[in-house]
Amino acid sequence: MHVLVCGGTGCHASESDKLLSNLKTIVADKGLENDVQVIATGCFGFCEKGPIVKIMPDNTFYTQVKPDDAREIIEEHLIKGRKVNRLLYVNPENKEHISDSKHMGFYKKQLRIALRNCGFIDPENIDEYIAREGYEALGKCLTEMTPQQVIELMKKSGLRGRGGGGFPTGLKWEITSKSVSDVKYVVCNADEGDPGAFMDRSILEGDPHSVIEAMAICGYCIGASNGLVYIRAEYPLAIERLKTAIKQAREYGLLGNNILGTDFNFDIELRYGAGAFVCGEETALIHSMEGKRGEPTMKPPFPSVSGYFEKPTNVNNVETFANVPVIINKGADWFSSIGSEKSKGTKVFALAGKINNVGLIEVPMGTTLREVIYEIGGGIKDGKEFKAVQTGGPSGGCLTKKHLDTPIDYDNLLASGSMMGSGGMIVMDEDDCMVSVAKFYLEFTVEESCGKCTPCRIGNKRLHEILDKLTKGNGTLEDIDRLRNLSKVIKDTALCGLGQTSPNPVLSTIDNFMEEYIEHVTDKKCRAGRCKALMQYHILSENCVGCTACARNCPVNAISGERKGVHTINQEVCIKCGACIEKCKFNAVVIK
Amino acid sequence: MAVIKLSASKIDELKDVCKSFNNDKGELINVLHKAQGIFGYLPAEVQEIIAKELKISVAQVYGVVSFYSFFTMTPKGEHPISICLGTACYVRGAEKIIEEFKRVLNISVGETTPDGKFSLACLRCVGACGLAPVVLVGDKVYGRLSADSVKEIVSEYTK
Repeated sequence: MHVLVCGGTGCHASESDKLLSNLKTIVADKGLENDVQVIATGCFGFCEKGPIVKIMPDNTFYTQVKPDDAREIIEEHLIKGRKVNRLLYVNPENKEHISDSKHMGFYKKQLRIALRNCGFIDPENIDEYIAREGYEALGKCLTEMTPQQVIELMKKSGLRGRGGGGFPTGLKWEITSKSVSDVKYVVCNADEGDPGAFMDRSILEGDPHSVIEAMAICGYCIGASNGLVYIRAEYPLAIERLKTAIKQAREYGLLGNNILGTDFNFDIELRYGAGAFVCGEETALIHSMEGKRGEPTMKPPFPSVSGYFEKPTNVNNVETFANVPVIINKGADWFSSIGSEKSKGTKVFALAGKINNVGLIEVPMGTTLREVIYEIGGGIKDGKEFKAVQTGGPSGGCLTKKHLDTPIDYDNLLASGSMMGSGGMIVMDEDDCMVSVAKFYLEFTVEESCGKCTPCRIGNKRLHEILDKLTKGNGTLEDIDRLRNLSKVIKDTALCGLGQTSPNPVLSTIDNFMEEYIEHVTDKKCRAGRCKALMQYHILSENCVGCTACARNCPVNAISGERKGVHTINQEVCIKCGACIEKCKFNAVVIK
Repeated sequence: MAVIKLSASKIDELKDVCKSFNNDKGELINVLHKAQGIFGYLPAEVQEIIAKELKISVAQVYGVVSFYSFFTMTPKGEHPISICLGTACYVRGAEKIIEEFKRVLNISVGETTPDGKFSLACLRCVGACGLAPVVLVGDKVYGRLSADSVKEIVSEYTK
């Protein structure tokens, strides 16, 4: 029997490490070491209900398991064969317990290709990866195929870059392979800077060998013997797992000289990021790897011609690489049969925000937003109404109800005014103000702009100022036009992808939520109640019983009234902190 | 020139770090990561030594230090508090958590309390979006927070 414990960052934060050691200790105490293996795996994806424990082979899926639950799981389930009902997932619709994850709404619509091994194998044990067809693809490429044949296969599969741009991977490899140079580089972009996105981190934590294998295959195709992974310093667990995996691959002769007895040499080194969003852009990333400020440069020349230390460099994202070994094992036709017409395969999304099932999901391209949000995501939290979903992070836009039935792929998202991006998907409800959301993203862009080109450095700052003015109730209708015009100028003139896409959150919210912008100007009203300056707290006389809780908790003594008498708020003094609304047990305080 | 107030042993340790990267200027960011690990922050003196060892100008080192948010030139508190401002945490109310920390500790974001115990910073996404809103104290993650839980967290470290 196997006991799989999620060791991803989300579950780790909820003491899954302590749970793991408890399970191991109790298994040893009971003398079950030979029959039961307790393994820390990568992310199962269902972070909302973490920490997750899965018992194999009966596929029982326990949720929100605490370290103290270890004994009950072992004594009841493993020894007596009785499932621990209270830890099973409860179907929110009919309140039934579900024990097999296959029957859970969250997993039913998913198809896991890039995440195929996450949650199944011990990421720190190369043998488990090998047992699931690991390194077979590398062997096949090195012994049975020429680099050109592999490139043709990749092109035929239709795989496109998963970092956001969607450039055809096979074509990228072909261009780099044709660049003539004594030294070439394969770079894996693991600088996942999108706020609210954790796809790449989960792959590196849960299945690092798939990335290593794919980088070696890429090296074989383009004629490179050096691989570099550029990874965020904020991901210590992923760094550790990757280091362990590289070491094991070297010991097995899968990295190093004469791999699998051929004359192909390839090895991988790590380079650390230091917290700069712009370094996800490939030219900026390359400068950062060279030890410089991560500022982007004009393309062309593209990295495939002149990249790391002016040598031809092929940069792919983590998720892109994770797809490669499966495509080689199962064939281009199999892969291109999945997905939509121009976007093949699957996409991993980090589903988060105001949604019931927060987590990491992988669905075929062409799945609709409705399926993702309501079937996999389990709908909106607390029964509120869906308002928007933000895709593509600071470079993307907000989609609304009218887009719910749009099939998700690169081209449809672009046509709807957003973009695929790396896969962040943040769901928002009626309590979210779209002007504030646009301001939130611009704040991010202003902070992360490298400052090299004027449109991005100054233009975004001006956009942020106008948005700030609107949220404070000082905006005019002309300001909305100004936002639109300035956004278009920035898009047309900024140097790199960061600046060219930074106005997208502004444009898409104006397009889809114009009425909210106008309300902020003409009615001085924020319908979501998020913009402090536009809010007024009032006490409803019919609900107030005069308990004085609000007055006692008001930090600025703005509330007055006799005990057992109706209270009132002095608007001049009120700082709109919301303490009164939280303390009132009678729903007497309202925001107008 | 800044006054050197680092102990000789620490300076040697720093020089060894540079040497371990072959004094290669291409390894500047890796050197800075290690240096911040030793000193907790990157004061001017440290940057000057690194510049000398790697044979580049101090301006180049400073340019890199000031570019990346991970590097800091001010010492952090004994318990550095980082509030996640990723989008998932933002829509689940991270702003209220920041306000409450500012109120309880009586400092702004980017500052350290006068007794050196706490410092307050924001970061973008630790990737524990299922637990949003999230706060890190040192390496420990606190999730599913409300404004009320802020005082409890702080008191855990003031006992």
